[in-house]
Amino acid sequence: MSIPTIGAPRSRVDGPDKVTGAAKYTCDRALPGMLHAVVVPSTIAYGRVVSIDDSQARNAQGVVLVMTHRNAPAVDQNKVGEQDAKLFLLQSDEVEFDRQPVAVVVAHTFEQAVHGADLVRVHYEMRTPQMALDSGTLFIPKQIFGAPAAHARGSAEPALASAHGKVANVYRTPTEHHNPMETHGTVAAWDGDELTIYDSTQWAFGVRTRLAGVFKIDPANIRVIAPFVGGAFGSKGTAWSHVPLAAMAARATGKPVKLLVTRPQMFGWVGHRPQTEQHVSAGASADGALVAMIHDVTNETSLSDEFVEPSAVFSRDLYAVPNYTMHQELRRLSISKPTYQRAPGESTGGFAVESAMDELAYELGIDPLELRLINYAERNPNNGKEYTSKKLRECYSQAAERFGWSKRTAPPRSMQRNGMLVGWGMATASRATHRGESHARITMHPDGNVVLAVGTIEQGTGSPTVYPQLAAEVLGIGHDRVRLEWGDTNLPEAPLAAGSQTAASVGSATVLAAQALRDRLASLGGKIPDDGITIEIDAKVDEAAENRYAQQAFGAHFAEVEVDPDLLHVRVSRFVGAYDVGRVLNAKTAGSQLVGAVVWGISMALYEKTRFDMRTGRIMNATLADYLVPTNADLPKPDLITVEDDDERVNPAGVRGMGEVAMCGSAAAVANAVYHATGVRVRELPITVEALL
Amino acid sequence: MNPFAFARADSLAAALAAVQRSPRAQFIAGGTNILDLMKDDVERPPILIDINALPLRTIEQRAGYIHIGALTRMSDVAAHPLIRAGFPMIAVALEESASPQLRNMASIGGNVLQRTRCPYFRDTATPCNKRHPGSGCGAIGGVNRMQAVLGTSEHCIATHASDVAVAFAALDAVLHIAHAGGMREVPINAFYREPGATPQVENVLAPGELIVGIAIPALPYGAHSTYVKARDRAQYEFALASAAVALDVRGGAIRAARIALGGVGTIPWRAREAEELLAGAPPTRASYERAAEVSLRGARGQGQNDFKIPLAKRVVVRALETVSA
Repeated sequence: MSIPTIGAPRSRVDGPDKVTGAAKYTCDRALPGMLHAVVVPSTIAYGRVVSIDDSQARNAQGVVLVMTHRNAPAVDQNKVGEQDAKLFLLQSDEVEFDRQPVAVVVAHTFEQAVHGADLVRVHYEMRTPQMALDSGTLFIPKQIFGAPAAHARGSAEPALASAHGKVANVYRTPTEHHNPMETHGTVAAWDGDELTIYDSTQWAFGVRTRLAGVFKIDPANIRVIAPFVGGAFGSKGTAWSHVPLAAMAARATGKPVKLLVTRPQMFGWVGHRPQTEQHVSAGASADGALVAMIHDVTNETSLSDEFVEPSAVFSRDLYAVPNYTMHQELRRLSISKPTYQRAPGESTGGFAVESAMDELAYELGIDPLELRLINYAERNPNNGKEYTSKKLRECYSQAAERFGWSKRTAPPRSMQRNGMLVGWGMATASRATHRGESHARITMHPDGNVVLAVGTIEQGTGSPTVYPQLAAEVLGIGHDRVRLEWGDTNLPEAPLAAGSQTAASVGSATVLAAQALRDRLASLGGKIPDDGITIEIDAKVDEAAENRYAQQAFGAHFAEVEVDPDLLHVRVSRFVGAYDVGRVLNAKTAGSQLVGAVVWGISMALYEKTRFDMRTGRIMNATLADYLVPTNADLPKPDLITVEDDDERVNPAGVRGMGEVAMCGSAAAVANAVYHATGVRVRELPITVEALL
Repeated sequence: MNPFAFARADSLAAALAAVQRSPRAQFIAGGTNILDLMKDDVERPPILIDINALPLRTIEQRAGYIHIGALTRMSDVAAHPLIRAGFPMIAVALEESASPQLRNMASIGGNVLQRTRCPYFRDTATPCNKRHPGSGCGAIGGVNRMQAVLGTSEHCIATHASDVAVAFAALDAVLHIAHAGGMREVPINAFYREPGATPQVENVLAPGELIVGIAIPALPYGAHSTYVKARDRAQYEFALASAAVALDVRGGAIRAARIALGGVGTIPWRAREAEELLAGAPPTRASYERAAEVSLRGARGQGQNDFKIPLAKRVVVRALETVSA
């Protein structure tokens, strides 16, 4: 029996709960006797706390505790893993960035805690912050996500020098803050030496490891529960300072404590995409074949951490260019630690490289799409490996057809409609496929219903809907007979839900568990024992098998913009994309992921930028009124498709990751369309009116 | 946010008496501005006097003017037939403001009193002469992309945030103001104060006074008016530059014009010189470009906002072309 369930556009099983408010997020948790904590963030970016007057705050109604570096318990704020951020747990008077935690006020109600936090007077000795990218102390990383940070194949410089046509330009992307709808938040409760944490996180197990390090306790004594997560996008991939601060406040007061991060504090200690400066040179022969490319990337990092935004990964792995070099370096500034933001590396790198390809196309007089096809890589250009599957050519052709690319006239300002300048631009999408080790437990009860248990999380991507679909497909039963248990370190361990790796990781564990269950059931002649059947599996990642093929997701973006010829307002009027992501598990949730990524790419192209006062390091647009993202009125209804591709070589789930690929290159498609419309090449994001005047 | 008391006034007399008793009290209508400022700890009134029960929600034709009750919601003003027919610039300015949710809450009287969006005014961790006189202007030399280029001083470059006040300035609206001793009328173009050395003084409203209505004097060519707003996104964003214009074109010549600019001034910026230049001129792009040039006379950028000067000129031209088309 086979019931077609995979790929079906099944609605979210938790949709009704989410839209009616029945779904509980961390901020909805209330424990008996619970207190509320609010962080007092620093108002300087660099210096030290000279004194704190907390007398008014301590005497305010309802305030139970004001915790500062003078009375905070000693904990270990050092990093455990390489990717961990240095935590700021009130262990010293040093201030390293704007909105660093300098005190925590605990009160009986949230409002009392907010008021108490306003009453804490902190006096600082301010030092001059390092804010300009080129003024920061240089740091050369050894590696980026396991690969060399400086790398070459062939000999790029001489090849570039003798190229028929070439471009060499600098592209810049700004600091950007994630701002998921649900801000960060933690509820902490101690029972003796046992700690229970509710946290809005992408990785309950990672939070547990970090807290064990901070408090020097056995991870077995910590349980982390991750209720529904209202968006994360990388910002909740690690336990930031407020998580242990909540636990410190709970221990100090002897009561459960809820600590919610406010919207302005989302611009503080919880990560951001770092600004980048990217030098891209590309040269080609007269027929358009790339002969050389050089991609040098500098990104900002904090004084105490090294986060690499691996932008050059995009150029390294995409086109068939024989002579290539890349180089990544960091500059230390008086800012908080940057972190992963949706498609780290390839989103920023995609903007630079796909803009450069557009510039090269004009330089050579070759259609931008044609230039990509001329340089199509049949194998990974960097390691020569065969792909598990690659349907990028189909992406180009299907999306170009839907968009009507063949009707494009090449010269800038050559297309107009209703008095508006019209521009058409395109770009390639590319993103590495990742997978991590995941455990899973599957139980078939005597009534035939199945429970799949994995300690992954639900951040809006559809875990409770999609993994049961996948198990049901293997078992040949209806998807409504499988239920997912998730979001708890008491369940089988799952990896960090990031890097578009969750479906590959948890999905593969699900498939393997369901296959084992199916086989056991068959061996029992189809008869379920009275105590049911339970299978636990550990879906390890076989490194040798992983390295046999190159694994990448691809796509093609086509954007149309309308530009007011006088007021120079840019509006994206059409966006067509086709994506090659392997097997699609659920057309509906997958479609939502693509739309989200494309919208974010448009947002990156035209709206988002964190604006610092360069004299003080203070962020001056830390609200959603001032940090712009597009409204519905700014957006077309994107026309996005996936190409058919049952990738049987990549992993048991057959997926290559789709949460991020549509974000890679999408900003470049918009920027290229703006050039086509106006004749103005903007190499710094966001593209705002002053760049076009 | 500071703890505060809350009281409801059921009559104008009771509202005025309440603020006399408690001089630091603030009135609250829609609350879309004061509540934000209280949450940011910028405003700390000990008591809010809710005036929503006052009978100030009508729009009516009176002798020589249209009267808009101060508590009329932005959305209701924008939808009213008298406004739409007689003064489209008001309707457009309102519909281009904020979001539908905010327009359904915010009162028209509160709108003309809304405070600047300057980020230094709204961040108590930074200097601001308007919020804390004598502390300095953080925006000069700082993040000033959204700040004003007209009517600024060395003490303050904060932009006036209202859209509809720009239309009101163009139309010579008159504010009806109640106080304990009675009523007074103040033309809107005499109401706002440029910052000068006292940016904390934003208008001539005295303590204890309440705007109860706005009068729009009859203007036969008010029907030939519009509001053009340039901004970073299509909705829910303040102006980079805007213009409210009305044109009286008869017999192939401009008889009279009204022009006011928003997003560029420390107050809603009436461009009288430009209006005078247009009177008698032919309704051509060349005339409009000259008027735009004159409208921005004296403008001074601060670096990040230099672009507002050429952009505002383009906005003025677009607005004039739109109404003369």
